[in-house]
Amino acid sequence: MALKPRQRQRLIRGLMYGIFVAMILVTIVVADWERIQRLFFNFEVMQDMLPEVLTIAARNTLVYTAGSFSFGLILALVLALMKLSTIRPYRLFATWYIELFRGLPALITIILFGFGLPIAFDGFRLPGGTLVTGSVALGVVAAAYMAETIRAGVLAVPRGQSEAARSLGMSSTRALMSIVLPQAFRIIIPPLTNEFVLLIKDTSLLFVLGTTPMTKELTKFARDFMTTTRNATPLTVAAIVYLLITLPLTALVRRLERKAARAR
Amino acid sequence: MTVPAIEINDLYKRFGALEVLKGIDFEVADREVVCVIGPSGSGKSTLLRCVNRLEDPTSGTILIEGEDITDPDADVDKLRTRIGMVFQQFNLFPHLNVLHNLTIAQTKVLKRSDDEAEEVAKQVLERVGLLDKIDEYPIRLSGGQQQRVAIARALSMNPDMMLFDEPTSALDPELIGEVLDVMRTLARDGMTMMVVTHEMTFAREVADRVVFMDGGVVVEEGVPDQMLTNPKTERARRFLRMVQEK
Repeated sequence: MALKPRQRQRLIRGLMYGIFVAMILVTIVVADWERIQRLFFNFEVMQDMLPEVLTIAARNTLVYTAGSFSFGLILALVLALMKLSTIRPYRLFATWYIELFRGLPALITIILFGFGLPIAFDGFRLPGGTLVTGSVALGVVAAAYMAETIRAGVLAVPRGQSEAARSLGMSSTRALMSIVLPQAFRIIIPPLTNEFVLLIKDTSLLFVLGTTPMTKELTKFARDFMTTTRNATPLTVAAIVYLLITLPLTALVRRLERKAARAR
Repeated sequence: MTVPAIEINDLYKRFGALEVLKGIDFEVADREVVCVIGPSGSGKSTLLRCVNRLEDPTSGTILIEGEDITDPDADVDKLRTRIGMVFQQFNLFPHLNVLHNLTIAQTKVLKRSDDEAEEVAKQVLERVGLLDKIDEYPIRLSGGQQQRVAIARALSMNPDMMLFDEPTSALDPELIGEVLDVMRTLARDGMTMMVVTHEMTFAREVADRVVFMDGGVVVEEGVPDQMLTNPKTERARRFLRMVQEK
């Protein structure tokens, strides 16, 4: 007997739910829970990781993120202004820079600053160890992305704003600094926060620079702990710490975006 | 003989292939109120924007109290402090409250102290009747209030003259009156004003002289009564008939 469209739909829907529940049940029955608990959620290993996972690893992750974000933001502002400049060579330079560093893997840039430059220039190294080298390398990459964001923000400020400022006798630089940029940055806070979250995760690449026990960030710390304990729990812990940092931030971005949408 | 506040000589402005101003000669005397009228696209806003060089003229000169603002060596920023400008879209700074909208250029450009700038801000806000809104942000004000704050902002620089670029065109009809009232008071107090407007009643009542522009040239000018009631040219007659029919 042929089914009516509505009955047919209901049947398909029921089947979908059925398959989903069946998959979960099979997983629960088949999985070796004792083993999973021992290797991924091992309380003894977790206890061994404390407090260093927070006082050293998470702290280093945040310090590297702050360093690269600050350096990257300043560089991005310079690049954005160059790209908006009336001077053609500036515009070209900024365009090439942005295309170059957006097109390369971040790892290449990190290796370039950590090992490429020392080889090319007889042991030249940036002072300040992993923090400075890593911040500069990641900042150089992040600046390429943030420059485009800042440029878009500046262009989103209505032309009348700088005209009003100029009509009051402000120079173009003064109008930019006091009137246009403050409004531009308000507009781009959500995308900049996103870039910050991306940087938190990208600091995990800094392990290639070589680390000492005091300079390890979360990922490297977890990996080394995993090697010594032959247990995967450190990965779980690192993941939880990352999420504790990033989830509130992404929630904040969503809130800021909603607020910005309302204000418009 | 005193120098005119604004003296425009043989002014041309071209945007690419489009010639917007085709040889304007024009003067605004000190303490004179001149209304510029004409159909849209006639070049009147462009003319006004050339006066403080928000647009660069293609050729010709504009003298502000005798100083050539079109001279490449002119200190345009400094000359602009003598010329207040009011825009159709108000262009208040949305990230600053009313007080700071009025003080930022005073402190950054005229180098007035914070206290002095605030004192001036209060005085001009009093003049436009909005002293009670000093702490508000522009978004919380009505269009008419925003435009009055914009006028106050221009006045806070103590300019010698004011340019108005269709100051009531973006306003709801019931808010136009309050802005025109402020402008009327300004005119009565002896401010030199050049006003691009569609408000014929205001022009008739307040202007010393009305200038009719069409197609990038000044077609006719005269005292308001004659110019608005009995224009000499056919083009001006046709325009006024169309405006009055609305």
